[in-house]
Amino acid sequence: MGIAKIARRTFLIGATAIAGGLAVGYYYVRKPYPNPLEGDLAKGEVTFNPYVKIAADNTITIITPRADMGQGVQTTLAAMVAEELDVALDQIEIEHGPAGWAYYNAAMLEDGGPFPFLDESFIAEASRSAMQPIAKLLGIQATGGSSSIKDGYDKMRQSGCAARHLLVAAAALEFNVAAKSLKTENGSVTNPTSGKSLTYGELAARAATLEPPLKLVLREKSDWKLLGKSQKRADIPAKVTGQPIFGIDVDLPDMVYGTVKICPRFGASAISYRDKAAFAVPGVQSIIPLETPAGKGFGIIADNTWAAFKGAEALEVEWGKASYPEDDDGIYALFDDALATTPDYTMRDDGETETLFADAPREAVLSAEYSVPWLAHTCMEPMNATAQWKDGVLDIWSPNQSPTLIQMTAASLVDVPAGDVNIHTTNLGGGFGRRLEVDFTLYAVEMAKHTKGKPIKVTWTREEDVRHDTYRPAAKYKLQALTKKGAVPTALDIRAASPSIIKSLMARTFPLLSPAGPDRTMADGLFDQPYDIENYRVAMSRVDVDIPVGFWRSVGYSHNAWAHECFLDEIAEKSELDPLALRLELAKNYPAALGVLNKVAEMSNWQNTKFATGSKRGRGLAMSLSFGTWVAEVVQVAATDEGIVIENVWCATDIGTALDPKNIETQMMSGIIFGLSAAMGQEITFKDGMVEQGNFDDYDAMRMAQCPNIDVEVLQTYHKMGGAGEPGTPPAAPALTNAIYAATGKRIRKLPLSGEVDFA
Amino acid sequence: MQLNINGKPTEVGDDMKMPLLWALRDIAGLKGTKFGCGIAACGACTVHIDGEPVRSCQMPIGEVEGEVTTIEAMGTTDNLSILQQAWIDEQVPQCGYCQSGQLMAASALLRDNPKPNDADINEAMTNLCRCGTYPRIRAAIKLAAAKMEA
Repeated sequence: MGIAKIARRTFLIGATAIAGGLAVGYYYVRKPYPNPLEGDLAKGEVTFNPYVKIAADNTITIITPRADMGQGVQTTLAAMVAEELDVALDQIEIEHGPAGWAYYNAAMLEDGGPFPFLDESFIAEASRSAMQPIAKLLGIQATGGSSSIKDGYDKMRQSGCAARHLLVAAAALEFNVAAKSLKTENGSVTNPTSGKSLTYGELAARAATLEPPLKLVLREKSDWKLLGKSQKRADIPAKVTGQPIFGIDVDLPDMVYGTVKICPRFGASAISYRDKAAFAVPGVQSIIPLETPAGKGFGIIADNTWAAFKGAEALEVEWGKASYPEDDDGIYALFDDALATTPDYTMRDDGETETLFADAPREAVLSAEYSVPWLAHTCMEPMNATAQWKDGVLDIWSPNQSPTLIQMTAASLVDVPAGDVNIHTTNLGGGFGRRLEVDFTLYAVEMAKHTKGKPIKVTWTREEDVRHDTYRPAAKYKLQALTKKGAVPTALDIRAASPSIIKSLMARTFPLLSPAGPDRTMADGLFDQPYDIENYRVAMSRVDVDIPVGFWRSVGYSHNAWAHECFLDEIAEKSELDPLALRLELAKNYPAALGVLNKVAEMSNWQNTKFATGSKRGRGLAMSLSFGTWVAEVVQVAATDEGIVIENVWCATDIGTALDPKNIETQMMSGIIFGLSAAMGQEITFKDGMVEQGNFDDYDAMRMAQCPNIDVEVLQTYHKMGGAGEPGTPPAAPALTNAIYAATGKRIRKLPLSGEVDFA
Repeated sequence: MQLNINGKPTEVGDDMKMPLLWALRDIAGLKGTKFGCGIAACGACTVHIDGEPVRSCQMPIGEVEGEVTTIEAMGTTDNLSILQQAWIDEQVPQCGYCQSGQLMAASALLRDNPKPNDADINEAMTNLCRCGTYPRIRAAIKLAAAKMEA
């Protein structure tokens, strides 16, 4: 997501100028970037385009240039190519491949414009199509914004199709027959008349000398053999046998180990330090001062990770003061101040909201204030990266979501062309947006300058990971509605205050560029939802506080959907409407919204479930449209003597086209558990300018015993394809909060919920 | 110093205070056991010592008494254990980082209790998973239990 915004800010004017309605895939296959595979082929191996390599022994390799962080995307991306290439998934090898401009992500940028997803006007669509050549121009290869499948859908199928076309053309020459008469199946081309058959491997060398086709005809959905069906994920066998596939597992000859100790007050640096005790730790080799836009502190180089950790602990540092208020009271006062002043951006202003509220009878006005805390990502695999700087070439092994961005920024650190920086993207032990950042990789590069050509693996402690995150922004809201008994509200006025992710990201990644205009992520989930209210205003205030904020699974939707959907629950109550009935009426012009609402109502038996008085059970409903995917969720809780028990979650989603239904279901579950975990108890707080939490003892997440039954149904009615990694998250927190109200009568307007209720 | 790891005497260095986790990963080169927290709160580093599940990040090598078993000894992709096969059948992992620890915890559970119910699973399976694979872990444990009985 982040990169999309950068590109939009920087290149919006250019984008409008060159909007030309390019057919991406066609252009892509015919006039690609230099194929990054060309320089690195094994003997007897040929490449047809950046996604396909075939060796003489019929080893078929498909490049899936998006990070595997658990979302199963590599299998689905490979299936796109395999579908058109006519090979079975068990016949292929899957590789992430190198960092390459050819692997730019256009879909991520398309959603970066200031237009709601629902806006299909000419201008909004033109802006989206304008982003495609911009994405190509920038060559930003990134995994984020739930965009991988959307982005790959055309170009990866076209790559498979183009390669198959060439293989068939080569076979036609070999057999001396017309290409049309030949059939492909399971990696071979057969002449049905003669019964003769050649494998792709036997044809590859000749096929690669032929001219790619001018016209590509992709298979009809009804002819799909792989897509649309659930596949066994290719990455799983390695993950159940403990294979060393993660960044933290990198092992190289002569490798040394390291960790970092970064100033715990953001933006500040060391005033003085004493390293005697650190050097007394056996195995500590050296201590390097680090100074980057992302953070300042020290790198500790040692014989092993444990020695580096002990060395870091023993290093005594006096740190400078923070530029921001030192505790939560002072920090949140900035949010209150922002809400009390004129908003910076009005993202939506339908009707006459201002005058309506001025003239409204008091009893019709419903007002509430909501607030959400900063959140850390806490990926299971703590931040780490390995770097080797030798003979003018920089090699980086990094579990990351943004290889070309790392390539660019790392190249500038060692002052070489980006082409002399090789990025090896490993598996990621969780990403959730955290691994779009370059900080953890750049520290490893800085430290690699001091190891005389030896590779260094730099692993953070969990405490360093929690205390130097790029946090989900905190936010505060003032909402008011003009309600009417038995009817939808006539006006909804939302004021929100939060820091800008784009501003923060730009400052730490591209300090020389300054972003302009509104940051859409601040308003996502507030201004773009499928609800029609006659008078509807969403206005934002940007809180400038130097606490780094970043992309946290579902980004702005993660907190904005919570405030919006909880407030709708309050509106329903005041209007004496059932929460489902209210939403069905508000969303009546959006069939996909009605579809997921009705489906989740059916799954949970919403209308006919009445709990006995005293049962202390309750249900909550929430819906959100994010990353092109419609999701409605119902949560059921029971208030027990041990605390709140989350018993069931029902989720209905409309993703448009489901290429792997089972995997989408899994992603929804994952997003739900991520959202529930945060709502239940996660919170980053500040004292003395430093983050107070440090590990899973004070920043925990849901465990097995707390995990509810989760039922997911995937619908495919909407005409555009949506993403899967993030959209399950936004409705989880509000559905839970609304359920707790239904069960206990407690209306909680501040996250985490553990501030007011206990969980069993 | 040497420890008996996966049936073989294995060199683990001479820093007696070094947690078994780091001796396994950085010295013995066995990287299937993962670092998640360093305070025995997440279970990513779970190994067996004489068959009992132990969080190796809080176990100094000087205090290890008994035979250490890690995920590397559970099975290979060509020769999977029943439990690992159940993990594949249920498509359990997402990022996969916590799964070595989950599998080690689950195999200890099934050894002590071949037919665990939901409450037994809740009690034994306290390892953290940030991807939220819990529903499938539960299903895979039940599947493995059924297969082991058969």
